[in-house]
Amino acid sequence: MLEKIRTIESGCQDNLARVSTLEELNEFRVRVLGRKGEITQLLRGLKDLNAEERLEIGKAANELKERLEKMIAARHEEISRRQLEIKLLNERIDVTLPGLPQQRGGKHPLTLISEEIQNIFSGMGFSIAEGPEIESDYYNFEALNVSRDHPARDMQDTFYINEDILLRTHTSPVQVRTMEKMAPRIPVKIIVPGKVYRKDDDATHSPMFTQVEGLVIDKTITFGNLKGTLMLFAQKIFGEDVRVRYRPSFFPFTEPSAEMDISCVICKGAGCRVCSHTGWLEILGAGMVNPRVLQYGGYDPEAVSGFAFGMGVERIAMLKYGINDLRLFFDNDIRFLQQF
Amino acid sequence: MGVSIKWLKQYVDFDWSPAELAHRLTMAGIAVENIEEIESDTIMEMDLTPNRGDCLGLINLAREVAALSGGSLKIPELSLRENDEDINDYIKVEIDAPDLGPRYMARLVKNVEIKESPLWMQEALLAAGIRPINNVVDVTNYVMLESNQPLHAFDYNLLGADKRILVRRARRQEIFTTLDGVDRELNEDMLVITDGERAVALAGIMGGENTEIKDDTKHVLLESANFLAASIRRTSRRLGLRSDSSVRFEKGADINGVKYAVNRAAQLIQELAGGEVVGGICDVYPMPQPTLRIALRPERVNFLLGIELPVKDIEKYLSSLGLTMEWTEGQFIVEVPSYRPDITMEVDLIEEIARLHGYENIPASLPQGDTTQGGLNNYQYFRNRVKNVMARSLHEVINYSFINPNFADRLLLPVESPLRNIIKLANPLSEDQSVMRTLLLPGLLENITTNLARKNQNLAFFETGAVFYPVNNELPLEKLKLGAAVAGRSQSNWLKKQVDMDFYFLKGILEDLLWELGIRDYCFVEGQEASYHPGRTARLICQGQELGIIGEVHPLVLQNYDIKTRTCTFELDLDELFKQMVGKKMMESITKYPAVERDIALLMAADVTASRVLEVIKASGQELLQDLVVFDIYAGEQVPPGYKSMALKLTFQSAERTLTDAEINECIGKIMQDLQSQIKAVLR
Repeated sequence: MLEKIRTIESGCQDNLARVSTLEELNEFRVRVLGRKGEITQLLRGLKDLNAEERLEIGKAANELKERLEKMIAARHEEISRRQLEIKLLNERIDVTLPGLPQQRGGKHPLTLISEEIQNIFSGMGFSIAEGPEIESDYYNFEALNVSRDHPARDMQDTFYINEDILLRTHTSPVQVRTMEKMAPRIPVKIIVPGKVYRKDDDATHSPMFTQVEGLVIDKTITFGNLKGTLMLFAQKIFGEDVRVRYRPSFFPFTEPSAEMDISCVICKGAGCRVCSHTGWLEILGAGMVNPRVLQYGGYDPEAVSGFAFGMGVERIAMLKYGINDLRLFFDNDIRFLQQF
Repeated sequence: MGVSIKWLKQYVDFDWSPAELAHRLTMAGIAVENIEEIESDTIMEMDLTPNRGDCLGLINLAREVAALSGGSLKIPELSLRENDEDINDYIKVEIDAPDLGPRYMARLVKNVEIKESPLWMQEALLAAGIRPINNVVDVTNYVMLESNQPLHAFDYNLLGADKRILVRRARRQEIFTTLDGVDRELNEDMLVITDGERAVALAGIMGGENTEIKDDTKHVLLESANFLAASIRRTSRRLGLRSDSSVRFEKGADINGVKYAVNRAAQLIQELAGGEVVGGICDVYPMPQPTLRIALRPERVNFLLGIELPVKDIEKYLSSLGLTMEWTEGQFIVEVPSYRPDITMEVDLIEEIARLHGYENIPASLPQGDTTQGGLNNYQYFRNRVKNVMARSLHEVINYSFINPNFADRLLLPVESPLRNIIKLANPLSEDQSVMRTLLLPGLLENITTNLARKNQNLAFFETGAVFYPVNNELPLEKLKLGAAVAGRSQSNWLKKQVDMDFYFLKGILEDLLWELGIRDYCFVEGQEASYHPGRTARLICQGQELGIIGEVHPLVLQNYDIKTRTCTFELDLDELFKQMVGKKMMESITKYPAVERDIALLMAADVTASRVLEVIKASGQELLQDLVVFDIYAGEQVPPGYKSMALKLTFQSAERTLTDAEINECIGKIMQDLQSQIKAVLR
């Protein structure tokens, strides 16, 4: 009998190896382990044996049954796995085809740069202040120490609505409006982004452009603070390795006044066409708030001091993105806009 | 202005190369734009700030160089030989308008010989961009370039018989022919030099043809005067006439510099044109200006600059510019020379100290004091969010705020439309940019036009920006708007899922924005607006407030903008949208009982709107109805003419129990009843 068990086992092993589908495997299972299967027959034959043999053969037969069940299960796993593999192989797609395109848009480069500037100053504790684009002569000029006959009016050709109302030529009127609102409270720490207008239209001037203005007023604001703050800004927006320099300049609303240059972002200061071979790029105007302007804003220039600065967003965007024509900003060609 | 370095060196010693000189001056606020080597000289092109008009004069520029280099300033010495006659026997000067012409000085040089000036003088003038004329005129220009004091030379014999100079306001509509041969109409705000009868010069700007120096001139009357900067500036602007003289007076000339200049000129004329200088100067100066003295506190200097400069350095810097000072009670009393009219306050002196000390030598630091939170306020943050959502699927454009006034006609706005009430620029660059926009729509349509003309086909734009409405006697009302425009199709793709960017496409973007802002309670109602397609326009209403309009642009408007593609736009009021934004969101608990979905297809008249259907179903289904979606609209062979079919998915769910079929059927039954009775819709 033991001999027979061994024969069954080796026969089963051979047969199992030949089984290749789940259907064949099922047939095999029925043939071997089913009600009429070889093992079942064998176990049925046990009743004709004596007790000792029955024990020995029965154990061997049951062990064989268990082994076969395990082998069948393993084979089942193997075949289904292989079948899945075949199925997946047949489901192959061209993964190099593009995905379903999402409708894609984007912000205008001037918005992006403006937001970047705002983020940098927000991080330094500046709030954002805003004001009207159509302004009174008072806020745009008078309260900024630019009287009607001031030569500085030549610096900014103005669009007028009437004698007293104009399109603001800079974001500086918001300085005065903010001071009026805040005085005599300190500290004041604002930046003012916005559109400004000047009567000028050529390759390097647009009649509308974008400025970001800044104002800080506190008890002990110094020219050194102006330098430190703007240097930090320059490094954040143009990179840690940028160098800055300050030159004396003139603005009616600041005294002393300065122009800040950065080392040319194109040639790193070696001199190139972009920086007119000077190695430097003029980037913003700044200065200590003129005492008269502080007074117009309602502050006592003996009690507080402040600095202010202003920059053109177009200029910074041109440098950062390598844009070579100012007019592209307001031309709104989708091939330009799509790039940002 | 071009400055000859060779010429500059006549007034100051320095060892710097032209490049070094240009750099030093620039870093001290006297900007040199460019240096150009010519034959035997180098020309510096200056870019002076408006407060430093004084540096248009070489002596003043040389003073800056001296202060920076430590070299000494060399002002040409005067060696004038006068005859023993008295100028007052030859000329009488009166000033009738001292407010506009505070000082007038005259000298007479007799028996001159008019000829060409020597080459060195001609070269000097040419380097500065001034055309040589003759020796006398050239001397006046030469001395002006040197001293910054504009001069004028009259032919003495051509002055009226009274030999009298009267400085007065021009008469209204007085006609005067300037040296350039142009007849100019003057008014009472302008100042003229007259010979008592007729004008002979437009004060500070240009002389007249009638008394011009000519080849046969014998006697020369030299004028060296001071005129009010503002007046010169106004007159120059009004007449559109600028000259080397007016440019200098506009920026403020040195009221005490007149004497040196007239003497220097007389001396040079004597040298170059022969002749004799009549004794004495006729100087009329009715209200002499007091010398300006400014208190300067050294501690204020150091505080404002953030440095620690010794008192002696402060004194050194200011002295180097020719300022004199006295030390009293812990501060300087600084006397400001009249050649520096830009210095009027203590901070002006502090700037002088700072720029001579060098801005580079002031240490950088960060502000001390109370910290501030900074950042965006809620409205600014809201606007950023709006832009973020829009920018997912639309490209942001920025258009000029001023547009062509024909926009109103092109948009077919009715005559009575308040949007036709526009703010006009008094001095626009062109008709195209002459009025302030009352809508974003014209700009967005122009963007579509331009892009289509360049064969850019599929366009999706948004813009946020101000529009402007006039308000009587006040600043205009500025309202921030959000606008969008789409035309064409979404991006083509092999998945064949390209869609038309039509009304529903744009509406989906708008609804996405409302969702993002937490606005759930809104509706779109059919609207009529002249610029839009009468059957494809809706107003967005939220809490009874109209937020804006969305629609397909009227084909006639598109025709006016030369757009041949259907175009849809919306325009919303950002302030109103902000008011509707739901800042705070609260979680609703998630029910553990299952949701049951039922689809129904309804047959109804074609003109019943979806919002009406949803309204009826929502009212009828009440709280068990959790969600309601239209998933198909059909009109065609399968439904009778004039009817349409609408398929909806209804989701029922309860927070308290599992719903039974019977409950749901009952609910649907009630919905059907209401649909039938209210909008005659039946199950299909």
